Amino acid sequence: MLRLEHIYWLAALLLGSAVVIDLRARRWAHAAFWLLLALMFAGGDAVLAAARTGQRLPQQAVGAGVVVLALLAAFGLRRDGPAARAGDRGDARPGHRLFLPALLIPVLTAGLVLAAPHLRWGDTPLLPREQVTLGALALACALSTVAALRVTRARAAAALRENHRLLDTIGWAAVLPMLLAALGNVFAATGVGEAVAQLVAAVIPVDNRIACLAAYALGMALFTAIMGNAFAAFPVLTGGIALPLLVGRHGADAAALGSLGMLAGYCGTLLTPMAANFNLVPAALLELSHPNAVIRAQVPTALALFAVNFVLMYLLVFR
Amino acid sequence: MNYWPLLGVLVVILGFALRLNPMLVVVAAGLASGIAAGLPPGDLLSLLGESFLSSRTLLLFVLTLPTIGLLERAGLREHAQAWVAGLRGLTLARLLVAYLALRQCLCMLGLVDLGGHAQTVRPLLAPMAEAAAQRGQPQLAAAQREEVKALAAATENVARFFGEDVFIAFGAVLLIQAFLARNGIVLEPLAIALWALPTAVAAFLIHATRLVLFQRRLRRDARPHAGAGADAAS
Repeated sequence: MLRLEHIYWLAALLLGSAVVIDLRARRWAHAAFWLLLALMFAGGDAVLAAARTGQRLPQQAVGAGVVVLALLAAFGLRRDGPAARAGDRGDARPGHRLFLPALLIPVLTAGLVLAAPHLRWGDTPLLPREQVTLGALALACALSTVAALRVTRARAAAALRENHRLLDTIGWAAVLPMLLAALGNVFAATGVGEAVAQLVAAVIPVDNRIACLAAYALGMALFTAIMGNAFAAFPVLTGGIALPLLVGRHGADAAALGSLGMLAGYCGTLLTPMAANFNLVPAALLELSHPNAVIRAQVPTALALFAVNFVLMYLLVFR
Repeated sequence: MNYWPLLGVLVVILGFALRLNPMLVVVAAGLASGIAAGLPPGDLLSLLGESFLSSRTLLLFVLTLPTIGLLERAGLREHAQAWVAGLRGLTLARLLVAYLALRQCLCMLGLVDLGGHAQTVRPLLAPMAEAAAQRGQPQLAAAQREEVKALAAATENVARFFGEDVFIAFGAVLLIQAFLARNGIVLEPLAIALWALPTAVAAFLIHATRLVLFQRRLRRDARPHAGAGADAAS
């Protein structure tokens, strides 16, 4: 029933409404930025399908569009007042009822995910089979918007105005996570990971098991910090260092090593602006004056935890 | 082995060190790596386009914005603040430690989507944390206010990262299992997930300790500030 494309179309509609508002305010660069993005969300699946049949031109156009997005973000978008101001408020004070639509998003999402196997229209499942959580999230967001409109007694257009206000507050930081994921793919396709693993393996004393373990743990944290994602670092460093040296040569326990190695990478995630969706987007969402404020708040936890995790690694891996 | 694609990594490090716009840095890094690896421009653009489109799910948090925006306009943040201000026993440290514990447990059960920076931190947790900190010292400096909000976001991250890894159906556990299986080591997901438990406990203890220490520092800073009197009013 509900397919992943439909959810992308819904996002494209929200982005498109921001284009209209920006055009009216004569903020041309902002309008162009959200328009490009809206088009990519609306037509993305058609582009990917065309590429599978050998038509590469649309996909190359998207690639060029990504470059334009980056240029617009760096030179076109500025933070100016008018759109970022909050709308005027009614006199009605709905009190605790305001919490209801906000809590509806997570509770409905979780409920729909759990109920998904039973939700079907005849023989077809209601939510997309491969992306149940996203389907549930989209439905929950749509229903909670209706609930929020009822509770606040606002008109439907207000929902789109508020959506634009928040999008404008976050700005290009909203798109950075997608771009970083794309960079991860480019790095993987060009063999960056293998080059790093080879360099590391060439410099460590392979007969010393603590040196090997330290190289793996530090490598996971560092490479995760560079890529912004522990998932990208894991296969590279586990294949390059952990399996041949620690498991093969020093008899380490693979299950514990893999699990704790991934967690060493997570310590790196807490430290890097490359993990934009966890570190930079929240700084923009909370309107903090420094983009790295969240990272700064995480540094002591990350370093202490990395040390503890390393000791645990040593104790648990060479039992 | 071609080491030239490492140029991309260098671009990332330099770009962030020089505080250039991250969007620009990332695109430049991708182009540098691709060109260094000898990819034709057509292939490189195509790869960039395909990878960007395949990660569209990362922007779907925008679906929550209309709801959150409407509620904020109606005064959700102010209401959350007023509510916390009325709960006398709820200090900043207690609020954030409770969130840390609850969120970590829910993530361990696989309920990662119950919270998030857009859904819970901006509309609820950050204003509540501000209100709780403010009760201890009514004249919170702007820099301290920012620190409190950043700490709320950090608490969400720590809880999520070191909770979800204990859940057996989580992507990281399945990734580890699939990777090891491809290399001839076949394991049950549970055998991998359980090893994340000691670090999860350590993450809770370390971050909770930091939250308590932060609150103590806020209070200590408040005392000389109150003595300065006129200075605090400005």
